[in-house]
Amino acid sequence: MTAKKTLSRREICKIGLIATVALPLSAHAQPANRARPQRGDQIVFDGGDMAGQLISPEQLTLNAQPVAALARDPDSAEIRDGSRLNRLMVMRVDPATLSTPTLNNSADGIIAYSAICTHTGCDITNWKAEELHMACPCHESEFDVRDNGKVVGGPAPRPLAMLPLKIEDGELRVAGAFKGSVGFQQQF
Amino acid sequence: MNRFVHTLALLITTLAVSTTLSAQPLPPYEAVTAQRLQAPEEDNWLMYRGTYDAQGYSTLDQINAENVDKLKMVWSFSTGLREGHQAPPIVNNEYMYITTPQNHLLALNARTGELLWRYQRYLPDDLQQFHPTNRGVALYENLVFMATVDAYLVALDAVTGELVWEVPVEDYYAGYYMTLAPLVADGKVMVGVSGGEMGIRGFVAAYDPMTGEELWKRYTIPAPGEPGSESWPGDTWKTGGVPVWITGSYDPELNMTYWGTGNGGPWMGDVRPGDNLYSTSVIAIDATNGEITAHHQYHWNDSWDWDEVSTPMLIDYQRDGETVKGIVHAGRNGYLWFLNRTADSIGFEDATPYVFQEVFTSIDPVTGRPEYDMSKKPGTGKPADFCPSLWGGKDWPPEAFNPELRLLFIPANENLCSTVEGEEAEYSPGRAYMGRAESENGGFFIREGAEHIGELQAWNVDTGKRVWTSTFESQNWGPVLATAGNLVFMGGTNDRKFRAFDARTGEVLWEQPTNSGVIGVPVTYRIDGVQYVAVLSGWGVDAQREQNLINMVREKQTYVPQGGVLWVFALGE
Repeated sequence: MTAKKTLSRREICKIGLIATVALPLSAHAQPANRARPQRGDQIVFDGGDMAGQLISPEQLTLNAQPVAALARDPDSAEIRDGSRLNRLMVMRVDPATLSTPTLNNSADGIIAYSAICTHTGCDITNWKAEELHMACPCHESEFDVRDNGKVVGGPAPRPLAMLPLKIEDGELRVAGAFKGSVGFQQQF
Repeated sequence: MNRFVHTLALLITTLAVSTTLSAQPLPPYEAVTAQRLQAPEEDNWLMYRGTYDAQGYSTLDQINAENVDKLKMVWSFSTGLREGHQAPPIVNNEYMYITTPQNHLLALNARTGELLWRYQRYLPDDLQQFHPTNRGVALYENLVFMATVDAYLVALDAVTGELVWEVPVEDYYAGYYMTLAPLVADGKVMVGVSGGEMGIRGFVAAYDPMTGEELWKRYTIPAPGEPGSESWPGDTWKTGGVPVWITGSYDPELNMTYWGTGNGGPWMGDVRPGDNLYSTSVIAIDATNGEITAHHQYHWNDSWDWDEVSTPMLIDYQRDGETVKGIVHAGRNGYLWFLNRTADSIGFEDATPYVFQEVFTSIDPVTGRPEYDMSKKPGTGKPADFCPSLWGGKDWPPEAFNPELRLLFIPANENLCSTVEGEEAEYSPGRAYMGRAESENGGFFIREGAEHIGELQAWNVDTGKRVWTSTFESQNWGPVLATAGNLVFMGGTNDRKFRAFDARTGEVLWEQPTNSGVIGVPVTYRIDGVQYVAVLSGWGVDAQREQNLINMVREKQTYVPQGGVLWVFALGE
């Protein structure tokens, strides 16, 4: 019996993508839409009627349910939607209630976290309004958004990665790379 | 017995066990032929439920109701992984295969627990796992097959663990994944897909076991123009769910496979008005060509997430003095269904609630079609309370059947209910597509005055009557094994215990607290005249999730440790 390994549709697709962009990019570069959010990126709505439009600080209401968001390269205007690990949740809370590391990565009470649960990688879409906790609909993990994404319930092993934000000329911008690793980590 | 004699007896027992465990060379691997799969030797456990009829029954009786109190652990093996360990140890002579969450596949010496080889799958970092588990392997010839959570089917050499082939069954990034043990039948290896919460279109597919070539693929949602397509309005069929996430059964005489199907998607039936064939059904798929030859839909236009995926049990039972060639299924919808089957039909005999069920108002005596109390059917913007909960009277854990006693054993959950409200859902590939609004305590509640939740029930299949019920304060997520020793084995409770029950009375005859909660499928096998019982302990997935909700409702923290360990038992002196 001979060994055989078949490429997946996704792998074939990836190869196609890489081939397409191979000329303008170096051999190891990945498409911009797959790169994690970069310092200086803008923040846009992910899904809904305003998908792709910039999120302005004024659109975020105090203590309201977090908004699904993505980063956008300000030069190319390319939205970084090539990996689900780039999905964000953005919200506004009272800065006076934030823990120090959370405050340091916030902008006028606006904070952003990875939307990918550290347990098994589900999208975190639920919101516990009273506690201001983000919650995962898959396995009930809960994260305190005012305390650096700390796990406060459920099976998640690690806090959510925070994405530092700043406000420049009235516009929300990414202030640095994710604080911590995004998504689940495979066990061996 | 005085203390000295007791100590001596213990010492002798220990020596005996040590002798049993001493190294012996493994015999050559015996190929798993089609003939062996049709009539497995009683010493072995060659497939998910032991036999094609999915009865979960062994004729071994060395361990029996009279001596089970002497059952002792003879070896164990830690997998090193957390989350749901649900796979049955599959045993072919002295070779044993178990799988873990995140698709590790371990080959062990079934006599000693020595690790023969370990396959570790490298999963994509952008994968999301709604259900971090795997439910075991299938064997054929010299190969071992595993379906993966990133939607691949993998074939390994059973002796060396070398990868022989792997094929993508679907694209994980579009929400497809697999957790079931494959089914090998008619010289093909078959799998179904999960993803009923992700807007997939479910299917069962068959592959050439030697090459991985796809032989046929049968969608569980008909395309426009196909029979049943009128039950899906507009484009809803494209993203309507209907996953198949538990192994099917097989009737070699008819060359027919039987699969249970899952919920329609999104969850609220009002966004896909119609019966939504073949959701929440049993379907007969011809192993030759993948044609759906018959079906029975347990309930139409599901809005409760009541997947009816649990392996259809092929049992012949008596009705009105006649033997019925049947299908028996304890539904997630809380009814125990008795069906009949021929080469081109599945017919209804009768159905009875086995837990408190407040949704169905009647069952058509000819067709078996239920009518609903519509106040108990949630919709978009319309909350509804209903019992049993969305995890049902029972979920995926398999029942077992003792053909000598004529008893069917059902691992049930009583007194659990849900509140669900639908909301509009927007389809986006690979994202949750459930359309369920958030609700307090995850929309979960316990009936007032309830004194227990978990149950093990025994039903006589010929009379259709319940014979006994054993109850537990905890919820029950325990798959069941029945043996000719008049025993039923099951874990499933949050106290980490694995138990043996008297099959005739439900009395607990033996119990063993383990490292974690036991949600694995127990099996039994025999080597050199010694009968073993093996089960994986490793709490996780929905049992853990339900525990979180029970903790919220009861405002009491019950902690169930995680981590997978295989436990293997045999009789001591």
